[in-house]
Amino acid sequence: MSLIGRYAPWIGAAVALIALPHVFSSGASLTMMSLMGFAIIFALSYNMLLGQTGMLSFGHAVYYGLGGFITAHALNVIGAGKLPVPLPLLPLVGGLAGLSFAILFGWVSTKRAGTVFAMISLGVGELVAACSLILRGFFGGEGGISTNRTATLQLFGYNFGPQIQVYYLIAAWCLVCAAAMYAFTRTPIGRMCNAVRDNPERAEYVGYSTQMVRYIAFCVSGLFAGVAGGLAAIHYEIVTASVVGAAPSGFVLLMTYIGGVAYFIGPIIGAVLMTALQISLSDYTGAWQLYVGLMFIVVVMYAPGGLAGLLLMHRPLARAGTLTRLLPSYGLAAVPALMVFAGAVLLIETSYHLLVQASEGPNIHALWISYDATSPAAWAGIVALLAIGFVAFRRTWPIVSNEWNEATLETRRRLGQ
Amino acid sequence: MSSAANTLALELVDLQKSFGVTPIIRGVTLDVPLYERHAIIGPNGAGKSTLFHLISGRFPLTSGRVRLKGEDITGMPPYLINRRGLSRSFQVTNIFPRLSVYENIRCGVLWSLGYRYSFWHLVERLRDARERAELILEQIHLAHRRDVQAGLLSYAEQRALEIGITIASGADVIMLDEPTAGMSRSETEHAVALIRRVSEGKTLVVVEHDMSVVFDLADRISVLVYGEVIATDTPERIRANPAVQEAYLGTAAAPEHDHA
Repeated sequence: MSLIGRYAPWIGAAVALIALPHVFSSGASLTMMSLMGFAIIFALSYNMLLGQTGMLSFGHAVYYGLGGFITAHALNVIGAGKLPVPLPLLPLVGGLAGLSFAILFGWVSTKRAGTVFAMISLGVGELVAACSLILRGFFGGEGGISTNRTATLQLFGYNFGPQIQVYYLIAAWCLVCAAAMYAFTRTPIGRMCNAVRDNPERAEYVGYSTQMVRYIAFCVSGLFAGVAGGLAAIHYEIVTASVVGAAPSGFVLLMTYIGGVAYFIGPIIGAVLMTALQISLSDYTGAWQLYVGLMFIVVVMYAPGGLAGLLLMHRPLARAGTLTRLLPSYGLAAVPALMVFAGAVLLIETSYHLLVQASEGPNIHALWISYDATSPAAWAGIVALLAIGFVAFRRTWPIVSNEWNEATLETRRRLGQ
Repeated sequence: MSSAANTLALELVDLQKSFGVTPIIRGVTLDVPLYERHAIIGPNGAGKSTLFHLISGRFPLTSGRVRLKGEDITGMPPYLINRRGLSRSFQVTNIFPRLSVYENIRCGVLWSLGYRYSFWHLVERLRDARERAELILEQIHLAHRRDVQAGLLSYAEQRALEIGITIASGADVIMLDEPTAGMSRSETEHAVALIRRVSEGKTLVVVEHDMSVVFDLADRISVLVYGEVIATDTPERIRANPAVQEAYLGTAAAPEHDHA
C-alpha cells in the first residue's frame, strides 16, 4: 500500500474533525460532538480488553472516572497556585492516573482470564464506587468536584472558555489516541494480545506469559480510559462519584459491543451512535434506556459482529459490484421490519405512558400520532401492526437470505476465489 | 551430571505424577542426548501425553527433576521453558484459529527474535520476523495459504501449521505429540518428511503411534507402559525385546488412537 493510501483514513478523519463544527455549528451539536470525542476514546480503550485481548471487564469506568477526578484536582491545584501548565496537557494527567490505577488493580485482576477476571473487575468497580461515598475529600461527596478549565496557562490567546475550543481540544486528543491505539494493535504486544485472546495456552508455548500480555493490555487500556476521563472533566468542569459506578462501566460495554468488538472501527461507530441516542432519545422518551437495552439484546442475538460487522460484510459485495442486486430485497424486507419497529415503539410508549405518566391523562402523542392510550382500538392497532409486520417479515426474510447467497456466490466468481 | 550436561538435551530424573491418588507417571528416568531423534511409544493410557505435559510445564510434577541442556527447569511455567529452547506441539491441534496462517507462525517467531512485549515496533516493518515466518511457511508447504484464517484450514494443513508454530522460535529441542495422528497414508509421508527436515541438527522427542513412522524416524525408542519406561534402545533392539513385544508390540497390530 502506498504511503498516502495507508494514512488516507487518518487524514480523512482529521479533515472531518476540523470541518464538523462548520457543518454542525449549534451549541447543542458542539456539545454532542465533544461527548462523542471522549466516548470514542473510552470505547476504543475498552475494546483493547474485550475485542483485542478477550477480557470482559465490568469495571472499566474506574479508570475513566479516577482519571477524571485526578484531572479535576490537578486543574484546581493549577488554578489555585497559578502554575504555568496549559490546559491541553491536562488529559495527560488523567491518562497517567488511569495508568497508575490500572497498574495497581490490574496486578491482581489479570492473574486470571475469563470469568475470574470479569468478577474481579466487578469487585474492583464496586470497591471504588463504595470508596467514592466514603472518601468525601477526594470524591467530593454528593456535589462532586467542581473545577474551572479557564484558570490555566493560556497559550496563543486560547482560554478554552468557548465550547468550540474545547471541541477542538477533545477532537485533537481523540485523533491522537485513536491513532495510538490503532498503532498498538500493529505492535508485537498488540498481535500477541490477539493470540492470547484466541488461544492463551498456545501463547504460553511460544514464549509469552499470558498474564503479562493481559497486564500490559490492561495498563495501556487504563491509560487511554484515563485520558477520556480527563477530557470529560475538562468538558463538564465537574466530576461526580457516579462516573466510577457500575452504570458507565455497563454503558461502555454496550457502546463497544453494539459497535462491534471484532473491528477497530466498531467502538467508534458504537460510541458515536450511542452518545447520539443517549442525548437525543432522552429528549423524546423517558424509556430511552429500554430502547438501548433492547438494541443491545438484538445485536447480541442477531448481529454478534455489531454494526461494524453488518457494514463490513457488504464490503466485498460493494467491491465486486454485486451490492445493487441486494437492494430490492432489502427494500422489500424493510417495510415489515419498519412495521414491527413502529409497533414495538408504540407498544413501549403506550405502556410507559399508562404506567409512569398516568397522571397526565390518557392522551398520548407518539410517532407523530395522537391517540387515547386507554382505547381498545389503539391497542388493537398496535397488536395488528406487530402481528402483520412479524408475519410479513418472516415471509420476506428468506428472499433476502436467498439474494444474499446468490450475491455472495457471484462475488466470489467475480473476485476469482 | 556436569559432564553429562554438555551432551544431554533432556534429563528426566525419577519423574512422578499423580492425579489425586491415581499415579499416572510412576518414576520415569530418561536421558535424551543432543541431536538425537527419540520416539516414545506405548499403549493407550500409558501416560505419554502426560509425560509431555510434565516436561513442558503444563502440569506441575508430583516429584522428580527435569533438566534441559543441563539447566533445571522443574516447576517452570511453559513460557520460561519455551524461552530456554524447548518447543512442543500438541496432540489435539492447538493453533490461533482467528489469526491468519502467516500470523500464527509470526507469533511463534516474535519472542525468539527479541521483540518480547514491544509496543515500539510495528510488526509489518520487522523484516527479520517476516523473513523467518516466510521461510517456515515454505518449509511446511503452506506458503500458498498464507493469508487464510487458520481455523479454516483442512485437518492435515492445521497439523502442519501446528508443527510450523512449534519450530518457528528456532528451539533446539522439539517435542511433537502424535504429529501424524488422524492423517492418511500420503499425508503421513509428507509429515514425516517435514519432521525429518525441520529436526535437522536438533533434538527431537516424538510421541507416535504409527510404528512405521517410529522405526523410520527414531534413533532410539523408549517404551512407556503404565507410567514406567520399560525399555530404551535402538529400533532394532526394541523390536527384538521380548518384554516390549509382550507389553506393546503384540497389540500394535490393531490401529490405535489414544488420548492419554
